[in-house]
Amino acid sequence: MAALLVSAALVLADAPQRVVSINLCTDQLALLLAAPGQLVSVTRLSHEDTDSVMGDQARALPANGSGAEEVYLLKPDLVLAGTFTSMATISMLRNLGIEVVQFAPARALSDVPDRLAQMGEALGREAEATAMIDSFNADLAALSAAPAQRPRAALTYVNNYSSGRHSLAGDVLFAAGFDNVAEEAGLGSVGVLPLEQLVLLAPDVIIQGRNYPGAARAEDNLDHPALSSLKGTYLAGELTDRDWVCGTPTVLNAVRTMVDLRRDVEARQ
Amino acid sequence: MKLTAFLICLCLVLFVISLVTGTTPVSVWHSFASLFATDGSPMSVVMQQIRLPRALLAVMIGASLGVSGAAMQGYLRNPLAEPGLIGVSAAAGLGAVLALQTGLAAAFALALPLSALLAALIAVAMILTLAGPRGAALTLILAGIAISALASAFTSLVLNLSPNPFAAAEIVFWMLGSLADRSFAHVWLALPFMAVGWLLLGSLGRGLDALTLGEDAAAAMGVRLSGLRLALVIGTAACVGAGTAVAGSIGFVGLVVPHVLRPFVGGQPSRLLWASALGGAAMVLAADIAVRVALPDRDLKLGVLMALVGAPLFLHLIYKTRGTLQ
Repeated sequence: MAALLVSAALVLADAPQRVVSINLCTDQLALLLAAPGQLVSVTRLSHEDTDSVMGDQARALPANGSGAEEVYLLKPDLVLAGTFTSMATISMLRNLGIEVVQFAPARALSDVPDRLAQMGEALGREAEATAMIDSFNADLAALSAAPAQRPRAALTYVNNYSSGRHSLAGDVLFAAGFDNVAEEAGLGSVGVLPLEQLVLLAPDVIIQGRNYPGAARAEDNLDHPALSSLKGTYLAGELTDRDWVCGTPTVLNAVRTMVDLRRDVEARQ
Repeated sequence: MKLTAFLICLCLVLFVISLVTGTTPVSVWHSFASLFATDGSPMSVVMQQIRLPRALLAVMIGASLGVSGAAMQGYLRNPLAEPGLIGVSAAAGLGAVLALQTGLAAAFALALPLSALLAALIAVAMILTLAGPRGAALTLILAGIAISALASAFTSLVLNLSPNPFAAAEIVFWMLGSLADRSFAHVWLALPFMAVGWLLLGSLGRGLDALTLGEDAAAAMGVRLSGLRLALVIGTAACVGAGTAVAGSIGFVGLVVPHVLRPFVGGQPSRLLWASALGGAAMVLAADIAVRVALPDRDLKLGVLMALVGAPLFLHLIYKTRGTLQ
Protein backbone atom coordinates (compact mmCIF):
# COMPACT_ATOMS: atom_id res chain seq x y z
CA MET A 1 0.00 0.00 0.00
CA ALA A 2 2.72 2.42 1.04
CA ALA A 3 4.70 1.44 -2.03
CA LEU A 4 1.66 2.17 -4.20
CA LEU A 5 1.19 5.61 -2.66
CA VAL A 6 4.84 6.42 -3.18
CA SER A 7 4.70 5.40 -6.82
CA ALA A 8 1.51 7.46 -7.34
CA ALA A 9 3.22 10.48 -5.82
CA LEU A 10 6.20 9.87 -8.09
CA VAL A 11 3.96 9.79 -11.14
CA LEU A 12 2.35 13.03 -10.00
CA ALA A 13 5.71 14.65 -9.40
CA ASP A 14 6.65 13.55 -12.90
CA ALA A 15 3.59 15.19 -14.45
CA PRO A 16 3.92 18.82 -15.63
CA GLN A 17 2.81 21.36 -13.02
CA ARG A 18 2.33 24.51 -15.14
CA VAL A 19 0.77 23.79 -18.52
CA VAL A 20 0.00 26.50 -21.09
CA SER A 21 -2.08 25.75 -24.16
CA ILE A 22 -1.71 27.91 -27.30
CA ASN A 23 -4.21 26.22 -29.63
CA LEU A 24 -8.02 26.25 -29.45
CA CYS A 25 -8.33 22.46 -29.71
CA THR A 26 -5.55 21.63 -27.24
CA ASP A 27 -7.27 24.11 -24.88
CA GLN A 28 -10.39 21.97 -24.91
CA LEU A 29 -8.60 18.62 -24.59
CA ALA A 30 -6.56 20.00 -21.68
CA LEU A 31 -9.62 21.50 -19.96
CA LEU A 32 -11.25 18.08 -20.15
CA LEU A 33 -8.32 16.12 -18.76
CA ALA A 34 -6.06 18.35 -16.66
CA ALA A 35 -5.89 18.02 -12.86
CA PRO A 36 -7.13 21.06 -10.91
CA GLY A 37 -4.50 23.81 -11.08
CA GLN A 38 -2.40 22.02 -13.69
CA LEU A 39 -3.51 24.16 -16.67
CA VAL A 40 -2.56 27.81 -16.14
CA SER A 41 -3.55 29.53 -19.39
CA VAL A 42 -5.60 28.97 -22.57
CA THR A 43 -5.85 30.89 -25.85
CA ARG A 44 -7.94 34.01 -26.24
CA LEU A 45 -10.21 32.19 -28.73
CA SER A 46 -11.29 29.78 -25.99
CA HIS A 47 -12.80 32.67 -24.04
CA GLU A 48 -15.17 33.41 -26.94
CA ASP A 49 -18.42 31.45 -26.93
CA THR A 50 -18.64 31.74 -30.73
CA ASP A 51 -15.53 29.58 -31.13
CA SER A 52 -15.24 27.55 -27.97
CA VAL A 53 -17.53 24.88 -26.55
CA MET A 54 -16.00 25.30 -23.10
CA GLY A 55 -16.17 29.07 -22.65
CA ASP A 56 -17.19 28.93 -18.97
CA GLN A 57 -14.34 26.67 -17.88
CA ALA A 58 -11.87 28.55 -20.12
CA ARG A 59 -12.78 31.97 -18.72
CA ALA A 60 -11.71 30.79 -15.26
CA LEU A 61 -8.13 30.82 -16.60
CA PRO A 62 -6.16 33.77 -17.98
CA ALA A 63 -6.00 33.99 -21.78
CA ASN A 64 -2.85 34.18 -23.90
CA GLY A 65 -2.39 35.41 -27.47
CA SER A 66 -0.19 32.42 -28.46
CA GLY A 67 2.98 34.55 -28.77
CA ALA A 68 6.32 33.13 -27.61
CA GLU A 69 7.09 36.12 -25.40
CA GLU A 70 3.94 36.08 -23.27
CA VAL A 71 3.91 32.28 -23.09
CA TYR A 72 7.50 32.24 -21.81
CA LEU A 73 6.68 34.81 -19.14
CA LEU A 74 4.00 32.44 -17.79
CA LYS A 75 6.91 30.09 -16.84
CA PRO A 76 5.31 26.89 -18.14
CA ASP A 77 6.96 23.49 -17.87
CA LEU A 78 4.84 22.22 -20.77
CA VAL A 79 3.30 24.02 -23.75
CA LEU A 80 0.50 22.41 -25.78
CA ALA A 81 0.32 23.45 -29.43
CA GLY A 82 -1.19 22.34 -32.74
CA THR A 83 0.89 21.03 -35.62
CA PHE A 84 -0.15 24.16 -37.55
CA THR A 85 0.92 26.56 -34.82
CA SER A 86 3.52 29.02 -36.11
CA MET A 87 6.89 27.24 -36.40
CA ALA A 88 8.66 30.39 -35.28
CA THR A 89 6.79 30.37 -31.96
CA ILE A 90 7.45 26.69 -31.33
CA SER A 91 11.15 26.73 -32.13
CA MET A 92 11.59 29.89 -30.05
CA LEU A 93 9.98 28.19 -27.03
CA ARG A 94 12.03 25.03 -27.51
CA ASN A 95 15.24 27.07 -27.76
CA LEU A 96 14.28 28.66 -24.45
CA GLY A 97 14.22 25.16 -22.93
CA ILE A 98 10.46 24.65 -22.69
CA GLU A 99 8.92 21.31 -23.65
CA VAL A 100 6.34 21.69 -26.43
CA VAL A 101 3.95 18.89 -27.38
CA GLN A 102 2.15 19.29 -30.73
CA PHE A 103 -1.25 17.81 -31.53
CA ALA A 104 -2.36 17.16 -35.12
CA PRO A 105 -5.89 18.36 -36.00
CA ALA A 106 -8.43 15.53 -36.08
CA ARG A 107 -9.41 14.52 -39.62
CA ALA A 108 -11.87 11.81 -38.57
CA LEU A 109 -13.90 10.78 -35.56
CA SER A 110 -11.46 7.91 -35.03
CA ASP A 111 -8.76 10.53 -34.33
CA VAL A 112 -10.58 11.71 -31.19
CA PRO A 113 -9.54 8.73 -28.96
CA ASP A 114 -5.94 9.13 -30.22
CA ARG A 115 -5.86 12.82 -29.27
CA LEU A 116 -7.39 12.08 -25.87
CA ALA A 117 -4.75 9.42 -25.25
CA GLN A 118 -1.96 11.76 -26.36
CA MET A 119 -3.24 14.50 -24.06
CA GLY A 120 -3.62 12.04 -21.16
CA GLU A 121 -0.02 11.01 -21.62
CA ALA A 122 1.26 14.59 -21.91
CA LEU A 123 -0.53 15.64 -18.72
CA GLY A 124 0.14 12.41 -16.79
CA ARG A 125 -3.61 11.73 -16.65
CA GLU A 126 -3.75 8.40 -18.50
CA ALA A 127 -6.52 6.91 -16.34
CA GLU A 128 -8.88 9.85 -16.94
CA ALA A 129 -8.11 9.73 -20.66
CA THR A 130 -8.90 6.01 -20.86
CA ALA A 131 -12.24 6.51 -19.13
CA MET A 132 -13.13 9.34 -21.49
CA ILE A 133 -12.13 7.30 -24.55
CA ASP A 134 -14.37 4.43 -23.46
CA SER A 135 -17.41 6.65 -22.98
CA PHE A 136 -16.72 8.44 -26.31
CA ASN A 137 -16.57 5.14 -28.19
CA ALA A 138 -19.75 3.91 -26.55
CA ASP A 139 -21.65 7.16 -27.30
CA LEU A 140 -20.47 7.21 -30.91
CA ALA A 141 -21.49 3.59 -31.46
CA ALA A 142 -24.94 4.34 -30.06
CA LEU A 143 -25.36 7.37 -32.35
CA SER A 144 -24.11 5.94 -35.62
CA ALA A 145 -26.56 3.07 -36.18
CA ALA A 146 -26.79 2.42 -39.93
CA PRO A 147 -29.85 4.11 -41.47
CA ALA A 148 -32.12 2.46 -44.03
CA GLN A 149 -31.56 5.23 -46.53
CA ARG A 150 -28.71 7.74 -46.76
CA PRO A 151 -29.82 11.22 -47.95
CA ARG A 152 -27.32 13.15 -50.11
CA ALA A 153 -25.97 16.17 -48.27
CA ALA A 154 -23.50 18.98 -48.92
CA LEU A 155 -21.54 21.01 -46.39
CA THR A 156 -20.90 24.59 -47.54
CA TYR A 157 -18.95 27.28 -45.81
CA VAL A 158 -17.85 30.80 -46.70
CA ASN A 159 -16.07 31.28 -50.05
CA ASN A 160 -17.67 28.07 -51.36
CA TYR A 161 -15.50 25.86 -49.20
CA SER A 162 -16.79 22.36 -48.55
CA SER A 163 -15.69 19.27 -46.65
CA GLY A 164 -15.35 15.85 -48.26
CA ARG A 165 -15.34 12.45 -46.60
CA HIS A 166 -11.76 12.69 -45.32
CA SER A 167 -12.22 15.55 -42.89
CA LEU A 168 -13.65 15.76 -39.38
CA ALA A 169 -16.84 17.48 -40.62
CA GLY A 170 -17.20 14.98 -43.47
CA ASP A 171 -16.82 12.12 -41.02
CA VAL A 172 -19.45 13.63 -38.70
CA LEU A 173 -21.83 13.77 -41.68
CA PHE A 174 -21.03 10.16 -42.62
CA ALA A 175 -21.46 8.89 -39.07
CA ALA A 176 -24.85 10.60 -38.89
CA GLY A 177 -26.00 8.61 -41.93
CA PHE A 178 -25.60 11.06 -44.83
CA ASP A 179 -23.83 10.61 -48.16
CA ASN A 180 -21.61 13.56 -49.04
CA VAL A 181 -22.10 15.03 -52.55
CA ALA A 182 -18.63 16.58 -52.38
CA GLU A 183 -17.38 13.06 -53.02
CA GLU A 184 -19.34 12.92 -56.30
CA ALA A 185 -17.53 16.13 -57.26
CA GLY A 186 -14.19 14.52 -56.49
CA LEU A 187 -13.51 16.46 -53.32
CA GLY A 188 -11.67 14.24 -50.84
CA SER A 189 -10.94 16.49 -47.89
CA VAL A 190 -11.48 20.23 -47.56
CA GLY A 191 -11.59 22.35 -50.72
CA VAL A 192 -13.65 24.57 -52.99
CA LEU A 193 -16.96 23.30 -54.36
CA PRO A 194 -18.01 25.99 -56.88
CA LEU A 195 -21.58 27.27 -56.53
CA GLU A 196 -22.48 26.04 -60.03
CA GLN A 197 -21.29 22.56 -59.25
CA LEU A 198 -23.17 22.51 -55.94
CA VAL A 199 -26.40 23.50 -57.68
CA LEU A 200 -25.92 20.88 -60.42
CA LEU A 201 -25.34 18.17 -57.80
CA ALA A 202 -28.78 19.10 -56.35
CA PRO A 203 -28.27 17.51 -52.91
CA ASP A 204 -31.23 16.56 -50.70
CA VAL A 205 -29.96 18.87 -48.00
CA ILE A 206 -27.43 21.72 -47.86
CA ILE A 207 -25.85 22.31 -44.47
CA GLN A 208 -24.34 25.76 -44.13
CA GLY A 209 -21.73 26.98 -41.71
CA ARG A 210 -21.54 30.57 -40.57
CA ASN A 211 -21.53 32.06 -37.12
CA TYR A 212 -19.50 35.22 -37.33
CA PRO A 213 -20.70 38.73 -36.64
CA GLY A 214 -20.17 41.57 -39.12
CA ALA A 215 -20.44 41.42 -42.90
CA ALA A 216 -18.07 39.68 -45.27
CA ARG A 217 -18.46 39.19 -48.99
CA ALA A 218 -17.02 35.71 -48.40
CA GLU A 219 -20.44 34.76 -46.98
CA ASP A 220 -22.41 35.92 -50.04
CA ASN A 221 -22.34 32.43 -51.57
CA LEU A 222 -24.48 31.17 -48.66
CA ASP A 223 -27.27 33.63 -49.48
CA HIS A 224 -27.23 33.17 -53.26
CA PRO A 225 -30.81 32.93 -54.57
CA ALA A 226 -29.86 29.96 -56.78
CA LEU A 227 -29.72 27.75 -53.67
CA SER A 228 -33.26 28.51 -52.58
CA SER A 229 -34.52 28.02 -56.17
CA LEU A 230 -33.55 24.36 -56.16
CA LYS A 231 -36.64 22.21 -55.90
CA GLY A 232 -36.26 19.25 -53.58
CA THR A 233 -33.26 20.68 -51.76
CA TYR A 234 -33.66 21.51 -48.10
CA LEU A 235 -31.50 24.41 -46.87
CA ALA A 236 -30.59 23.49 -43.32
CA GLY A 237 -29.34 26.94 -42.36
CA GLU A 238 -26.49 27.52 -39.98
CA LEU A 239 -25.80 24.17 -38.42
CA THR A 240 -22.04 23.81 -38.43
CA ASP A 241 -20.48 25.71 -35.57
CA ARG A 242 -18.00 25.39 -32.74
CA ASP A 243 -19.02 21.75 -32.08
CA TRP A 244 -17.46 20.81 -35.43
CA VAL A 245 -14.08 22.47 -35.10
CA CYS A 246 -12.08 20.29 -32.71
CA GLY A 247 -11.60 16.58 -32.30
CA THR A 248 -12.89 16.40 -28.73
CA PRO A 249 -15.80 14.38 -27.31
CA THR A 250 -18.10 17.40 -27.83
CA VAL A 251 -17.97 16.65 -31.56
CA LEU A 252 -20.65 14.07 -30.68
CA ASN A 253 -23.05 17.02 -30.28
CA ALA A 254 -22.53 17.67 -33.99
CA VAL A 255 -23.24 14.02 -34.81
CA ARG A 256 -26.39 14.21 -32.69
CA THR A 257 -27.58 17.39 -34.49
CA MET A 258 -26.97 15.73 -37.86
CA VAL A 259 -28.86 12.56 -36.89
CA ASP A 260 -31.82 14.76 -35.90
CA LEU A 261 -31.53 16.57 -39.23
CA ARG A 262 -31.51 13.28 -41.14
CA ARG A 263 -34.73 12.18 -39.38
CA ASP A 264 -36.21 15.58 -40.22
CA VAL A 265 -35.24 15.23 -43.91
CA GLU A 266 -36.65 11.71 -44.04
CA ALA A 267 -39.93 12.95 -42.58
CA ARG A 268 -40.14 15.58 -45.33
CA GLN A 269 -39.61 13.12 -48.18
CA MET B 1 -21.82 52.88 -88.29
CA LYS B 2 -19.71 49.90 -89.32
CA LEU B 3 -17.82 50.19 -86.04
CA THR B 4 -21.05 50.18 -84.00
CA ALA B 5 -22.32 47.09 -85.83
CA PHE B 6 -19.02 45.32 -85.28
CA LEU B 7 -18.94 46.15 -81.56
CA ILE B 8 -22.55 45.05 -81.06
CA CYS B 9 -21.81 41.74 -82.79
CA LEU B 10 -18.68 41.30 -80.66
CA CYS B 11 -20.67 41.91 -77.48
CA LEU B 12 -23.37 39.45 -78.54
CA VAL B 13 -20.84 36.72 -79.34
CA LEU B 14 -18.99 37.27 -76.06
CA PHE B 15 -22.29 37.33 -74.14
CA VAL B 16 -23.18 33.91 -75.56
CA ILE B 17 -19.71 32.53 -74.78
CA SER B 18 -19.99 33.91 -71.26
CA LEU B 19 -23.29 32.09 -70.78
CA VAL B 20 -21.87 28.73 -71.82
CA THR B 21 -18.67 29.10 -69.77
CA GLY B 22 -18.72 27.58 -66.32
CA THR B 23 -17.08 25.17 -63.94
CA THR B 24 -19.11 22.27 -65.30
CA PRO B 25 -18.82 21.59 -69.03
CA VAL B 26 -22.29 21.41 -70.55
CA SER B 27 -23.20 21.39 -74.26
CA VAL B 28 -24.15 24.74 -75.82
CA TRP B 29 -27.54 23.40 -76.87
CA HIS B 30 -28.39 22.07 -73.41
CA SER B 31 -27.26 25.36 -71.85
CA PHE B 32 -29.63 27.40 -73.98
CA ALA B 33 -32.52 25.02 -73.58
CA SER B 34 -32.03 25.37 -69.81
CA LEU B 35 -31.86 29.16 -70.04
CA PHE B 36 -35.49 29.25 -71.17
CA ALA B 37 -36.70 26.17 -69.29
CA THR B 38 -39.23 26.66 -66.51
CA ASP B 39 -38.89 23.22 -64.95
CA GLY B 40 -36.64 24.32 -62.08
CA SER B 41 -34.02 21.70 -62.96
CA PRO B 42 -30.54 22.25 -61.50
CA MET B 43 -29.14 23.28 -64.92
CA SER B 44 -31.87 25.86 -65.45
CA VAL B 45 -31.11 27.30 -61.99
CA VAL B 46 -27.44 27.54 -62.94
CA MET B 47 -28.21 29.28 -66.25
CA GLN B 48 -30.94 31.62 -65.00
CA GLN B 49 -29.63 32.52 -61.58
CA ILE B 50 -25.85 32.23 -61.79
CA ARG B 51 -24.61 32.66 -65.36
CA LEU B 52 -27.19 35.11 -66.75
CA PRO B 53 -26.80 37.76 -64.00
CA ARG B 54 -23.03 37.37 -64.24
CA ALA B 55 -22.99 38.03 -68.00
CA LEU B 56 -25.45 40.94 -67.62
CA LEU B 57 -23.30 42.53 -64.91
CA ALA B 58 -20.21 42.18 -67.11
CA VAL B 59 -22.01 44.11 -69.88
CA MET B 60 -23.37 46.77 -67.50
CA ILE B 61 -20.13 47.35 -65.63
CA GLY B 62 -18.00 47.26 -68.78
CA ALA B 63 -20.24 49.80 -70.53
CA SER B 64 -20.22 52.03 -67.44
CA LEU B 65 -16.45 52.02 -67.11
CA GLY B 66 -15.90 52.50 -70.85
CA VAL B 67 -18.24 55.46 -71.14
CA SER B 68 -16.90 57.04 -67.91
CA GLY B 69 -13.33 56.81 -69.19
CA ALA B 70 -14.25 58.31 -72.59
CA ALA B 71 -16.21 61.15 -70.96
CA MET B 72 -13.46 62.05 -68.49
CA GLN B 73 -10.81 61.95 -71.19
CA GLY B 74 -12.99 64.12 -73.43
CA TYR B 75 -13.63 66.68 -70.73
CA LEU B 76 -10.06 66.86 -69.44
CA ARG B 77 -8.57 66.39 -72.92
CA ASN B 78 -6.15 63.99 -71.30
CA PRO B 79 -5.80 60.33 -72.36
CA LEU B 80 -4.67 59.29 -68.85
CA ALA B 81 -7.95 60.13 -67.11
CA GLU B 82 -9.66 56.91 -66.00
CA PRO B 83 -11.90 56.19 -62.97
CA GLY B 84 -9.60 53.48 -61.61
CA LEU B 85 -6.35 55.42 -62.00
CA ILE B 86 -7.64 58.65 -60.53
CA GLY B 87 -9.06 57.02 -57.41
CA VAL B 88 -12.80 57.15 -58.12
CA SER B 89 -13.13 53.34 -58.04
CA ALA B 90 -11.12 53.09 -54.83
CA ALA B 91 -13.30 55.75 -53.21
CA ALA B 92 -16.47 53.97 -54.36
CA GLY B 93 -15.10 50.75 -52.86
CA LEU B 94 -14.57 52.53 -49.54
CA GLY B 95 -18.16 53.80 -49.66
CA ALA B 96 -19.45 50.29 -50.31
CA VAL B 97 -17.32 48.76 -47.53
CA LEU B 98 -18.57 51.38 -45.07
CA ALA B 99 -22.19 50.64 -45.97
CA LEU B 100 -21.61 46.90 -45.51
CA GLN B 101 -19.61 47.06 -42.29
CA THR B 102 -21.86 49.56 -40.53
CA GLY B 103 -24.81 47.28 -41.23
CA LEU B 104 -26.50 50.03 -43.26
CA ALA B 105 -26.63 47.83 -46.37
CA ALA B 106 -28.28 45.02 -44.41
CA ALA B 107 -30.96 47.35 -43.07
CA PHE B 108 -31.63 49.07 -46.41
CA ALA B 109 -30.33 47.43 -49.61
CA LEU B 110 -30.00 50.66 -51.63
CA ALA B 111 -27.60 52.02 -49.03
CA LEU B 112 -24.84 49.98 -50.69
CA PRO B 113 -24.88 51.65 -54.15
CA LEU B 114 -25.86 55.02 -52.63
CA SER B 115 -22.92 55.04 -50.27
CA ALA B 116 -20.54 53.99 -53.06
CA LEU B 117 -22.01 56.70 -55.29
CA LEU B 118 -21.56 59.35 -52.61
CA ALA B 119 -17.92 58.41 -52.05
CA ALA B 120 -17.29 58.35 -55.81
CA LEU B 121 -18.93 61.76 -56.09
CA ILE B 122 -16.56 63.21 -53.50
CA ALA B 123 -13.57 61.68 -55.31
CA VAL B 124 -14.56 62.98 -58.78
CA ALA B 125 -15.27 66.43 -57.38
CA MET B 126 -11.91 66.46 -55.59
CA ILE B 127 -10.07 65.35 -58.74
CA LEU B 128 -11.71 67.95 -60.96
CA THR B 129 -11.05 70.67 -58.36
CA LEU B 130 -7.41 69.67 -57.99
CA ALA B 131 -6.72 69.15 -61.69
CA GLY B 132 -8.57 72.27 -62.85
CA PRO B 133 -10.58 72.62 -66.05
CA ARG B 134 -7.65 71.85 -68.33
CA GLY B 135 -6.72 68.71 -66.40
CA ALA B 136 -2.93 69.14 -66.26
CA ALA B 137 -1.67 65.56 -66.61
CA LEU B 138 0.80 65.57 -63.75
CA THR B 139 -1.61 67.06 -61.19
CA LEU B 140 -4.33 64.68 -62.32
CA ILE B 141 -2.23 61.55 -61.89
CA LEU B 142 -0.68 62.68 -58.60
CA ALA B 143 -4.04 63.64 -57.14
CA GLY B 144 -5.39 60.28 -58.33
CA ILE B 145 -2.58 58.35 -56.64
CA ALA B 146 -3.14 60.21 -53.37
CA ILE B 147 -6.93 59.70 -53.37
CA SER B 148 -6.52 56.06 -54.38
CA ALA B 149 -3.99 55.37 -51.64
CA LEU B 150 -6.09 57.10 -49.00
CA ALA B 151 -9.30 55.30 -49.97
CA SER B 152 -7.56 51.91 -50.16
CA ALA B 153 -5.96 52.46 -46.77
CA PHE B 154 -9.32 53.27 -45.18
CA THR B 155 -10.90 50.26 -46.89
CA SER B 156 -8.19 47.99 -45.44
CA LEU B 157 -8.55 49.59 -42.02
CA VAL B 158 -12.33 49.14 -41.93
CA LEU B 159 -12.09 45.51 -43.07
CA ASN B 160 -9.33 44.73 -40.56
CA LEU B 161 -11.45 46.15 -37.74
CA SER B 162 -14.41 43.95 -38.70
CA PRO B 163 -15.34 41.22 -36.19
CA ASN B 164 -15.76 38.85 -39.13
CA PRO B 165 -12.55 36.82 -39.66
CA PHE B 166 -13.16 36.67 -43.42
CA ALA B 167 -13.58 40.40 -43.92
CA ALA B 168 -9.87 41.17 -44.08
CA ALA B 169 -9.41 38.69 -46.93
CA GLU B 170 -11.90 40.59 -49.07
CA ILE B 171 -9.55 43.57 -49.40
CA VAL B 172 -8.40 41.72 -52.54
CA PHE B 173 -11.95 41.73 -53.92
CA TRP B 174 -12.43 45.47 -53.39
CA MET B 175 -9.10 46.27 -55.03
CA LEU B 176 -9.23 43.85 -57.97
CA GLY B 177 -12.92 43.15 -58.59
CA SER B 178 -14.75 39.93 -59.40
CA LEU B 179 -18.11 38.84 -60.81
CA ALA B 180 -18.09 35.39 -59.22
CA ASP B 181 -21.42 34.24 -57.76
CA ARG B 182 -23.22 37.56 -58.24
CA SER B 183 -27.00 37.31 -58.57
CA PHE B 184 -29.95 39.23 -60.00
CA ALA B 185 -30.18 41.08 -56.68
CA HIS B 186 -26.94 42.80 -57.67
CA VAL B 187 -28.18 43.50 -61.21
CA TRP B 188 -31.31 45.27 -59.94
CA LEU B 189 -29.30 47.13 -57.30
CA ALA B 190 -26.86 48.59 -59.83
CA LEU B 191 -29.05 49.06 -62.92
CA PRO B 192 -31.05 52.17 -61.94
CA PHE B 193 -27.92 54.09 -60.94
CA MET B 194 -26.04 53.01 -64.04
CA ALA B 195 -28.95 53.96 -66.30
CA VAL B 196 -28.92 57.48 -64.85
CA GLY B 197 -25.15 57.59 -65.37
CA TRP B 198 -25.39 56.40 -68.98
CA LEU B 199 -28.03 59.03 -69.80
CA LEU B 200 -26.02 61.83 -68.19
CA LEU B 201 -22.71 60.86 -69.80
CA GLY B 202 -24.39 60.07 -73.14
CA SER B 203 -25.84 63.57 -73.23
CA LEU B 204 -22.37 65.10 -73.06
CA GLY B 205 -21.46 64.30 -76.70
CA ARG B 206 -22.20 67.70 -78.25
CA GLY B 207 -20.50 69.60 -75.43
CA LEU B 208 -17.39 67.43 -75.54
CA ASP B 209 -17.18 67.82 -79.34
CA ALA B 210 -17.33 71.60 -78.94
CA LEU B 211 -14.74 71.44 -76.19
CA THR B 212 -12.16 70.01 -78.61
CA LEU B 213 -12.01 73.55 -80.09
CA GLY B 214 -11.17 75.05 -76.72
CA GLU B 215 -13.25 76.39 -73.86
CA ASP B 216 -13.86 79.83 -75.37
CA ALA B 217 -15.03 78.38 -78.65
CA ALA B 218 -17.27 75.93 -76.80
CA ALA B 219 -18.75 78.73 -74.71
CA ALA B 220 -19.33 80.76 -77.88
CA MET B 221 -21.19 77.77 -79.35
CA GLY B 222 -23.58 77.88 -76.42
CA VAL B 223 -22.10 75.06 -74.31
CA ARG B 224 -22.57 75.72 -70.61
CA LEU B 225 -19.35 74.42 -69.11
CA SER B 226 -20.64 74.37 -65.52
CA GLY B 227 -23.61 72.23 -66.56
CA LEU B 228 -21.38 69.90 -68.54
CA ARG B 229 -19.05 69.53 -65.58
CA LEU B 230 -21.91 68.74 -63.20
CA ALA B 231 -23.34 66.09 -65.55
CA LEU B 232 -19.88 64.55 -65.89
CA VAL B 233 -19.31 64.40 -62.12
CA ILE B 234 -22.71 62.89 -61.31
CA GLY B 235 -22.72 60.57 -64.32
CA THR B 236 -19.26 59.16 -63.58
CA ALA B 237 -20.02 58.76 -59.89
CA ALA B 238 -23.29 56.94 -60.64
CA CYS B 239 -21.67 54.59 -63.17
CA VAL B 240 -18.52 53.80 -61.22
CA GLY B 241 -20.21 53.84 -57.81
CA ALA B 242 -22.90 51.31 -58.76
CA GLY B 243 -20.46 49.03 -60.55
CA THR B 244 -17.91 49.04 -57.75
CA ALA B 245 -20.58 48.47 -55.10
CA VAL B 246 -21.50 45.09 -56.60
CA ALA B 247 -18.25 43.89 -58.23
CA GLY B 248 -15.33 45.72 -56.64
CA SER B 249 -13.07 48.09 -58.54
CA ILE B 250 -12.14 46.88 -62.00
CA GLY B 251 -9.35 49.05 -63.32
CA PHE B 252 -8.00 50.09 -66.71
CA VAL B 253 -11.20 49.48 -68.74
CA GLY B 254 -11.79 53.22 -69.10
CA LEU B 255 -8.16 53.70 -70.12
CA VAL B 256 -7.70 50.91 -72.64
CA VAL B 257 -11.03 50.99 -74.46
CA PRO B 258 -11.18 54.68 -75.48
CA HIS B 259 -7.51 54.52 -76.45
CA VAL B 260 -8.06 51.56 -78.77
CA LEU B 261 -11.26 52.98 -80.30
CA ARG B 262 -10.24 56.64 -80.69
CA PRO B 263 -8.65 56.23 -84.17
CA PHE B 264 -11.81 54.49 -85.45
CA VAL B 265 -14.10 57.41 -84.56
CA GLY B 266 -11.79 60.08 -85.96
CA GLY B 267 -11.07 61.36 -82.45
CA GLN B 268 -14.64 62.66 -82.13
CA PRO B 269 -15.63 62.52 -78.40
CA SER B 270 -19.38 62.13 -79.01
CA ARG B 271 -18.89 59.01 -81.13
CA LEU B 272 -16.21 57.74 -78.77
CA LEU B 273 -18.68 57.78 -75.84
CA TRP B 274 -21.01 55.17 -77.32
CA ALA B 275 -18.24 53.17 -78.94
CA SER B 276 -16.43 53.00 -75.58
CA ALA B 277 -19.57 51.81 -73.82
CA LEU B 278 -19.81 48.88 -76.25
CA GLY B 279 -16.05 48.30 -76.21
CA GLY B 280 -15.99 48.31 -72.39
CA ALA B 281 -18.80 45.75 -72.27
CA ALA B 282 -16.87 43.52 -74.69
CA MET B 283 -13.65 43.88 -72.70
CA VAL B 284 -15.16 42.98 -69.31
CA LEU B 285 -17.11 40.08 -70.87
CA ALA B 286 -13.90 38.77 -72.44
CA ALA B 287 -11.93 39.14 -69.21
CA ASP B 288 -14.66 37.43 -67.18
CA ILE B 289 -14.63 34.52 -69.64
CA ALA B 290 -10.84 34.34 -69.45
CA VAL B 291 -10.71 34.16 -65.63
CA ARG B 292 -13.18 31.27 -65.66
CA VAL B 293 -11.34 29.38 -68.39
CA ALA B 294 -7.92 29.94 -66.81
CA LEU B 295 -8.79 28.96 -63.23
CA PRO B 296 -12.34 27.56 -63.09
CA ASP B 297 -12.63 27.07 -59.33
CA ARG B 298 -10.29 29.72 -57.97
CA ASP B 299 -12.15 33.03 -58.52
CA LEU B 300 -9.18 34.73 -60.19
CA LYS B 301 -9.88 38.46 -59.86
CA LEU B 302 -10.74 40.48 -62.97
CA GLY B 303 -8.33 43.23 -61.95
CA VAL B 304 -5.40 40.86 -62.45
CA LEU B 305 -6.20 40.45 -66.16
CA MET B 306 -7.10 44.11 -66.58
CA ALA B 307 -3.79 45.23 -65.13
CA LEU B 308 -1.87 42.78 -67.33
CA VAL B 309 -3.45 44.41 -70.39
CA GLY B 310 -3.85 47.94 -69.05
CA ALA B 311 -0.63 48.64 -67.20
CA PRO B 312 1.69 48.23 -70.24
CA LEU B 313 -0.61 50.53 -72.20
CA PHE B 314 -0.55 53.00 -69.32
CA LEU B 315 3.27 52.96 -69.40
CA HIS B 316 3.15 53.46 -73.17
CA LEU B 317 0.83 56.47 -72.76
CA ILE B 318 3.10 57.98 -70.12
CA TYR B 319 6.06 57.49 -72.45
CA LYS B 320 4.20 59.17 -75.30
CA THR B 321 2.97 62.12 -73.22
CA ARG B 322 6.13 62.50 -71.10
CA GLY B 323 7.00 65.74 -72.89
CA THR B 324 3.80 67.32 -71.60
CA LEU B 325 4.12 65.96 -68.07
CA GLN B 326 6.51 68.67 -66.98
